[in-house]
Amino acid sequence: MKYVNDSIKKIDSDALLRGKGVYTDDLSPKDALWIKVVRSPHAFAKILTVDDRLTMRVPGVEMVLTYKDIKRIPFTRAGQNYPEFSPYDKFILDEYVRHVGDDVAIVVAENEKSAEMGAKRLKVDYEVLEPLLDFTIAEGHSTLVHPEEDNFIPVDSAGYQREKNLAGEIGFDIGDIDEALEQSDVVIRTTYESQAQAQSMMETQRAFSYEDVYGRLVVVSATQVPFHLRRTLARALDLPMSKIRVIKPRIGGGFGSKQSVHAEVYPALVTKLTGKPSKIVYTRKEVFKGTTSRHKMRFEVTLGATKDGDLLGIKMNGLSDTGAYGEHANTTMGTTGKKVMPIYNKVKASSFHGKAVYTNNLPGGAFRGYGVTQGTFALESAMNELAEKLKMDPVKLRERNMIKKGETTPLYNLIREGLPPEPVYMNSCELEACVKRGKERFQWDERNRRIEREKDFLKKKGKARGTGMAIAQQGSGLPKVDMAGATIKLNDDGFFTLLVGATDLGTGCDTILSQIAADALEVSMDKINIHAADTDLSPFDSGAYASSTTYTSGNAVIEACRKMRVLITEYAAKVLEEDEEDVSFQQGKILTSAGKELSLEEFSKVITYSLVYEQLTATGSFVPKIPVPPYMAGFAEVEVDLDTGKVELLDFVGAVDCGTAINPALARVQAEGGIVQGIGLALFEDVNVSSKGKLKNNSFMQYKIPARNDLHRIQIELIEGHDDTGPFGAKAIGEIVVNTPSPAIIEAICQAAGVRIRSLPATPEKVWKAMNNRHYVPEK
Amino acid sequence: MKINININGREKEIEIAPDDYLSEVLRKEGYLGVKKGCDTESCGVCTIHLNDVAVLSCGTLAAKAHGKSVTTIEGVDKKAERIRHEMAKRGVDQCGFCGPGTIMSILYLERVTTNPTDSEIKRYLKGNLCRCSGYVGQLEAVKSYLEGGHNEVCE
Repeated sequence: MKYVNDSIKKIDSDALLRGKGVYTDDLSPKDALWIKVVRSPHAFAKILTVDDRLTMRVPGVEMVLTYKDIKRIPFTRAGQNYPEFSPYDKFILDEYVRHVGDDVAIVVAENEKSAEMGAKRLKVDYEVLEPLLDFTIAEGHSTLVHPEEDNFIPVDSAGYQREKNLAGEIGFDIGDIDEALEQSDVVIRTTYESQAQAQSMMETQRAFSYEDVYGRLVVVSATQVPFHLRRTLARALDLPMSKIRVIKPRIGGGFGSKQSVHAEVYPALVTKLTGKPSKIVYTRKEVFKGTTSRHKMRFEVTLGATKDGDLLGIKMNGLSDTGAYGEHANTTMGTTGKKVMPIYNKVKASSFHGKAVYTNNLPGGAFRGYGVTQGTFALESAMNELAEKLKMDPVKLRERNMIKKGETTPLYNLIREGLPPEPVYMNSCELEACVKRGKERFQWDERNRRIEREKDFLKKKGKARGTGMAIAQQGSGLPKVDMAGATIKLNDDGFFTLLVGATDLGTGCDTILSQIAADALEVSMDKINIHAADTDLSPFDSGAYASSTTYTSGNAVIEACRKMRVLITEYAAKVLEEDEEDVSFQQGKILTSAGKELSLEEFSKVITYSLVYEQLTATGSFVPKIPVPPYMAGFAEVEVDLDTGKVELLDFVGAVDCGTAINPALARVQAEGGIVQGIGLALFEDVNVSSKGKLKNNSFMQYKIPARNDLHRIQIELIEGHDDTGPFGAKAIGEIVVNTPSPAIIEAICQAAGVRIRSLPATPEKVWKAMNNRHYVPEK
Repeated sequence: MKINININGREKEIEIAPDDYLSEVLRKEGYLGVKKGCDTESCGVCTIHLNDVAVLSCGTLAAKAHGKSVTTIEGVDKKAERIRHEMAKRGVDQCGFCGPGTIMSILYLERVTTNPTDSEIKRYLKGNLCRCSGYVGQLEAVKSYLEGGHNEVCE
């Protein structure tokens, strides 16, 4: 029985769809104290006084905590590998508030309503300061978002300069970019901007905590990063890490939002102070204004090419708005450069420079795609402009310049310091197949001819259609950074417990890792019981981010299973009194060359109860050694209403190279879901603030995410590939899929209506104004 | 105040506050399949049936349910077996947080429509947001379910 490459149902789907109480809030103790956060109405202010007399009179309110009650320890909420490339610029509570929605105080009460009422009655006096909201003038501005001097960054070379409002800076140059541009027949200079986008997972941030029987602090949380959470809490709360246990139950989606440490600090703090269980459940409003969103970014792109369409140089200058806090500021910008640029490997020179600045806007954070989405939008849109200028088919322009199987570029060696200097060859790159098969499925040439034929007919109806395409790559885990462990234990009836720290946030990785383990051990899947994640029991795993789980954690599972097979053979030889060479473990059975056979059930009973008295356990660890990018090509057809500017996406084809799809059904859903998030980014999602920094859209009524009736046809083509370093040939799929919709759709709008929208999202208002030659000024 | 509700076929007398919403009351009573996602009646994860009509329990005052019957996902365990299967075999349950509410809407759609078109299905279910799946496989699952559930996953 083989499980890899089979569309097995998710092993938790029955519990989820029957509505079992398996998520964080379902499991919280009935007597837990409720916590509510009082949030700032101002974008930038200093807290002068807090008067809690009215709050304390609310029946059921137990306590109010402000910055004065909490030890001042700078930390970062980033939830990244240690040491973080993010500044330690956050305090659990601080005397400054730096964005509308920033935490001012917490109110603790017996029940939710009392906590809410208490929070409403807290009287806070502020010295309101002039906020810095325009990220284009933030660097070196006289308004300092972080005037406090106890901030620092725990790494060198991340470009953090608090006194200049710089949260991070990154840059690299390969070759002489000026020379390459000089030699070019055609040069494109253009600027693209992408907006802040809200992750919008269905389950909001939530956590509860209690003291266990040994007096240790247990935190149960909907988190993507249980181990980073434990380390972050230890620092923020000034507790030894050994005194904290983090448990992750089922999670209702995350998309990066739950990589940052937000809600957890409050219940952990309250339980530490009171010894009582406590809980917090963020409202949707709080998620919008009190957590993070995709970094708003602007890129100036310069491309140089010969008149035949050979790309000679790419230059990108980026600016990112990290908002009030610098979590993920440096790393999203760095990822952009290192994972966007290498896709065109034939250039003579590449130059990438980017800065992330502090403002008093909502903080940026991790969101699926992590800078690569923003950078791909800019670079691929510029490529489409180049194709237009060269009067060349954009598919042909890509085919001429993109990386192909077996090729390399020194840019891949830049992805992480410490990578070997030898060239990294893209032996599993199926980008060519992605473009070819995507083009066929989309019927690119036929469709463009049909659109040309129907042009006049459609125009009479006030409509126009167009097509666009884009290519992208991402990563599979972070080479030489993020590691995963897996432990496998043989139980006394021939079944295994698989302990992993990997975090299934709805992606199905518990299922996928079980499929991998079953095939690696050659046993049936019902012999594998997976358990994840609990920092007391699970081996270390960096967590669910950077498209790492299938590749990184999957490889750790394979390594653990390989070691377990060695152990089984070794101990079976003892039990059977044979030489090890004469014993093998195949198809779930122990066989000897003399023809003896021992089932795993019998073997496990014998070694547990009678002969050897040994618990067999094996642990595997894995860290990616080289970049292993997944690739994608996306094709879009839109219809633009020429009277209103409304854009309908009629069809989208995504051809994805994720190596072996461990579970094709789940891979396909990853692709469909990611593409739809990319469509939201392209057409309407926009975290919008007023001129005072106040969020305009803080609910799903005003912040629109794609609903069923916004979508027409979405087609997925999974390209069969195989990466020799991946588990059974697999690469990642989680993030790559969100990258191509925005550039492909923006190009399709341009082909249809003759207007190029350079700042996302392409709302009807923007498209209409562009069509009517009116300069679009965002509403303040 | 006390209200009487029939929940999943069982008569219950429940103590509530006048401003309690049905979603919270049901969760306190142990019906944890009723999720909370938005507090503004705009995500659909709290969908239940009130007197056999699909409603959003986070926007329905508990007092309004007095004397009425409420059906939650726990009350359709057997009935929803086939739609669960159709969703799970396509992997479109994903994080599962929107699953129970979506299933309650699908069962309502099944009851009040005959041979719905794709756009009718989308219209009936548009209030059930899902951020994971992209809806494509969910539409296939609903269609296959309504047709009798014999279609295999089409790739």
